[in-house]
Amino acid sequence: MKSIKAQDLHDAVRDMIMDACRILPDDVYGALQRALDEEESESAKEVLAQLIENADLARNTQLALCQDTGVAVFFVDYGEDVTIEGGNLEQVLNDAMVEAYDKGYLRKSMCDPLTRKNTGDNTPAVIHSHVVPGDSLKVKFMAKGGGSENMSRIAMLKPAQGWEGIKDFVVRTMAEAGPNPCPPTVVGVGIGGTFDLAPTLAKQALFRPLGERNTDPRVAAMEEELLAAVNDLGIGPMGLGGKTTSLDVKVEMHPCHIASMPVAVNVQCHSSRTKEVVL
Amino acid sequence: MATYNLTTPLTDEDIVQLKAGDVVNLTGTIYTARDAAHKKLIEALDKGEELPFELEGSVIYYVGPAPAPPGAAIGSAGPTTSGRMDAYAPRLHSLGVKASIGKGKRSQEVRDALQQYKGVYFGATGGAGALLSQRITDSEVIAYDELGPEAIRKLTVQDFPLLVVNDAHGAEQYAKPNYEL
Repeated sequence: MKSIKAQDLHDAVRDMIMDACRILPDDVYGALQRALDEEESESAKEVLAQLIENADLARNTQLALCQDTGVAVFFVDYGEDVTIEGGNLEQVLNDAMVEAYDKGYLRKSMCDPLTRKNTGDNTPAVIHSHVVPGDSLKVKFMAKGGGSENMSRIAMLKPAQGWEGIKDFVVRTMAEAGPNPCPPTVVGVGIGGTFDLAPTLAKQALFRPLGERNTDPRVAAMEEELLAAVNDLGIGPMGLGGKTTSLDVKVEMHPCHIASMPVAVNVQCHSSRTKEVVL
Repeated sequence: MATYNLTTPLTDEDIVQLKAGDVVNLTGTIYTARDAAHKKLIEALDKGEELPFELEGSVIYYVGPAPAPPGAAIGSAGPTTSGRMDAYAPRLHSLGVKASIGKGKRSQEVRDALQQYKGVYFGATGGAGALLSQRITDSEVIAYDELGPEAIRKLTVQDFPLLVVNDAHGAEQYAKPNYEL
């Protein structure tokens, strides 16, 4: 059994959050640079140049990449041979998040759904945890912005609709989203499972580095086909037209009921802020 | 496509010369308001109360900024999705608001209001909040402090970089997606 001190976990998660909100991951930064090289329209190039300049500025200052520092979303792989000494996982993650959002000058965006009263400290975080074999604790963090999250959709398709139905739903969702989710987007797609699992798969997919394909060659081919189809929409950076509507499409698939075909699209903005820490 | 340097408050003459696709560097005073603040503004209008700022010639920035780090006037401050304010925008334009700043699509009702009352909708680059904050030289909460990031702030901006997305003549700059919706 491995024992991890609650304070060590707290400190690692706090620092990870502050970095994630200021430092654009290298894969995303690189994808923006490649997009800038490939775009031809002036407005598309101007937007991409601004986004790269924004990332450079945020990295070198205490400014957040985007004012919407999001819902704090965690995916945790909790080794079954690990204990947290002096705290429980949910409490430690929330406390670390509160400190990070306060010390890091990050915007607190969580509120009561009806009164719209802000909770004041960005709590509660959204935490997905899974028990896995082993003696390590992996905590993945995503700062999930509201503008892109709002354009996400789920459909319970009929099995007869097949791949064509799935593809149409993904492309239609991104066409309807248009300029709203701050394109170029990253698109997470969850296929299968249940009504609740499909969107979780879609969100999980957003953690995979850009350019890295699904290990299942069949799913990898679907990702390539969807990325090409979404970019054929011509929406472009900030919706002003161009080749780069999405930087990547990630698909996660899971078996489903013989009667069902759940498909979820989780839309992520260009500021695809994720980071992980392993203890 | 032209570039204009404009100073607030904006006039009808400032507005009607602008065409979708033009670039505007805006200097002067603008006011922040997003979802909850708009709801309060409209409630105040319904009750006949005075609003926290003069609407005539005003520019509203749809933003909920991040807190200011030490030494900065404001934290990261990029535009939020404008469509959520569509329900309120026509009424505010009818009372003298000349422009809004945000990102994303506007409803036909808002586009009609821009034509009827001589207004424009400006786009700023979504997610470029750190960069845009550098053009904001002063920030002061003037109303609804209890809303936190959604409070109404009076911002002083210098050469704030904007693109005319919807002009007062019915044109729009967004690309039409290659998909029959």
